[in-house]
Amino acid sequence: MLEIIDIYKTFNKGTVNEKHALNGVNLKLNEGDFCTVIGGNGAGKSTMLNAVAGVWPVDSGAIVIDGENISALPEHKRAPYLGRVFQDPMTGTVADMEIIENLAIAARRGNSRGLSWGVKKREREEYREMLARFDLGLEDRMTTKVGLLSGGQRQAITLLMATLKKPKVLLLDEHTAALDPKTAAKVLELSDEIIEENNLTALMVTHNMKDAIAHGNRLIMMSDGKIILDISGEEKKALTVDILLKKFEESSGSKLENDRMLLTD
Amino acid sequence: MMNVILSYFSSLNPPALVSQLPGNIAQGVIWGLMGLGVFITYKLLDFPDLSVDGSFATGGAVTAVLIIAGVPVWIAVLIAMIAGILAGLITGFLHTVLGIPGILAGILTQIALYSVNLNIMGKANLPVSYRNYNLLLSASNINLAIIIGLALVAIVIAFMYWYFGTEQGSAIRSTGSNPAMSKAQGINISAMKVIALALSNGLVALSGSLFAQYQGFADINMGRGAIVIGLAAVVIGTVIGEGIFRKGMSFTLRLAFVVVGAVLYYIAMGLVLWLKMPTDDTKLFTAAVVAVFLAVPYLKDKSKNSFKKVAKRSAKLCIPDDKEVE
Repeated sequence: MLEIIDIYKTFNKGTVNEKHALNGVNLKLNEGDFCTVIGGNGAGKSTMLNAVAGVWPVDSGAIVIDGENISALPEHKRAPYLGRVFQDPMTGTVADMEIIENLAIAARRGNSRGLSWGVKKREREEYREMLARFDLGLEDRMTTKVGLLSGGQRQAITLLMATLKKPKVLLLDEHTAALDPKTAAKVLELSDEIIEENNLTALMVTHNMKDAIAHGNRLIMMSDGKIILDISGEEKKALTVDILLKKFEESSGSKLENDRMLLTD
Repeated sequence: MMNVILSYFSSLNPPALVSQLPGNIAQGVIWGLMGLGVFITYKLLDFPDLSVDGSFATGGAVTAVLIIAGVPVWIAVLIAMIAGILAGLITGFLHTVLGIPGILAGILTQIALYSVNLNIMGKANLPVSYRNYNLLLSASNINLAIIIGLALVAIVIAFMYWYFGTEQGSAIRSTGSNPAMSKAQGINISAMKVIALALSNGLVALSGSLFAQYQGFADINMGRGAIVIGLAAVVIGTVIGEGIFRKGMSFTLRLAFVVVGAVLYYIAMGLVLWLKMPTDDTKLFTAAVVAVFLAVPYLKDKSKNSFKKVAKRSAKLCIPDDKEVE
């Protein structure tokens, strides 16, 4: 369970480039919530995810996971709680290490890394089965360097890495934005499966309204560093792009013309 | 004119070229250990560490002083390595705790070590002759020096193969290749950098320790330009290794070829000195060799994907209409 309590973050404070990226974000995700996040450019979607991940410290507010305040932990110490998939497929994997080595590193997320073998024999079979389920032919290429794979394949592997060790919260930061539509659909489908199967709590940022509506049990919309809409339950199930646009108009008014294009793609 | 050329060639001494070969190999093997240290930072950690110029001399200085003080040679070598490890820790501290960019952190340590090394030795040059002391190896018995050097190389490569296959070693490799991903996977990348720098400088100091024994003295300037020789070993070894094995270079082979690179470098150096290149110009030669071998992979790739080739191919597709009518 994730709780974000009134977090603020300003970049480049006191300069002409000052940017109030987060202006009092409050969010409480229940166990098993799969929440999609939409909003225009600069609305604070990725910034909110980065705040949770601890890429930098927030200016004020608290981030709580399972009752534990993690606000003061640096990025690598929060990793045990979080699985992350990034927008850029290059970010989530090590290009010049083998597929199996990447997976083995992820399987030890949050463990202290000692002097036992980086990849144990038993892991090989385990990973082979998991990769086989992806149906991308990766199970026969486990010793291939990840750098030789396509963006979609790398993103699928990153997704597996993020969930190999069950995270308290899965953070998906526009993880299909850099992929072609067909591959994006496949990776989204995989995300759905993995989240459902493991009953994961997840936050998924997307630029695509249709995706935000079609996936998850909850949807939030951000604007100017705040959450301006929070839709869940039956209301979320009945949601359409038109309804969402109307709701957006009601809550954010004047900036609609600007944002509408960004939101609908 | 003819006379000058003839007298130059008649002054060359072919047997000397052959007889100096074992010495070149011995030096290459000893510097190969240094190359392995550079391999850790330059190739695995992606951190161009310039502290090695200092820690190489530190290795030599500590060894000489301890041996003269009557410390058994094995222990002297071990302590020299520890001194190198400490030097690496300092570079790591400057970089990870104080936020100083990697190259600068290395330069600062290197400069500081110049004074430290002078203080260790008490003067700029400290002889430790095999005649007076019990040494691990020396130029007086080159064959033995090569054997001992190769034995140490084998131990170090075995250690590196094991260590970089462990969880911690993998974490160091991923830190060098993708720090963002490493942090997301819970790896303390600062700690990994510090460990790698320490290991690397420990190996460099080991190499410096052996080299001081081999040449029979430690000198304040013995590490000057060491980083370039280390890089020479790594890049020559990599280019040649990949030329022979293509994509099939295993980690062990890559390490072995670093030492091969160092040996080839010293053979080439022996050759140009034999051709009577002034010793003043050896650094220039080294820099040129490293530049060439660094450029080879880049230029090779570029020639495969060159605009010139496209120009030729595309020109055929763009014949103006009026010419076709003719």
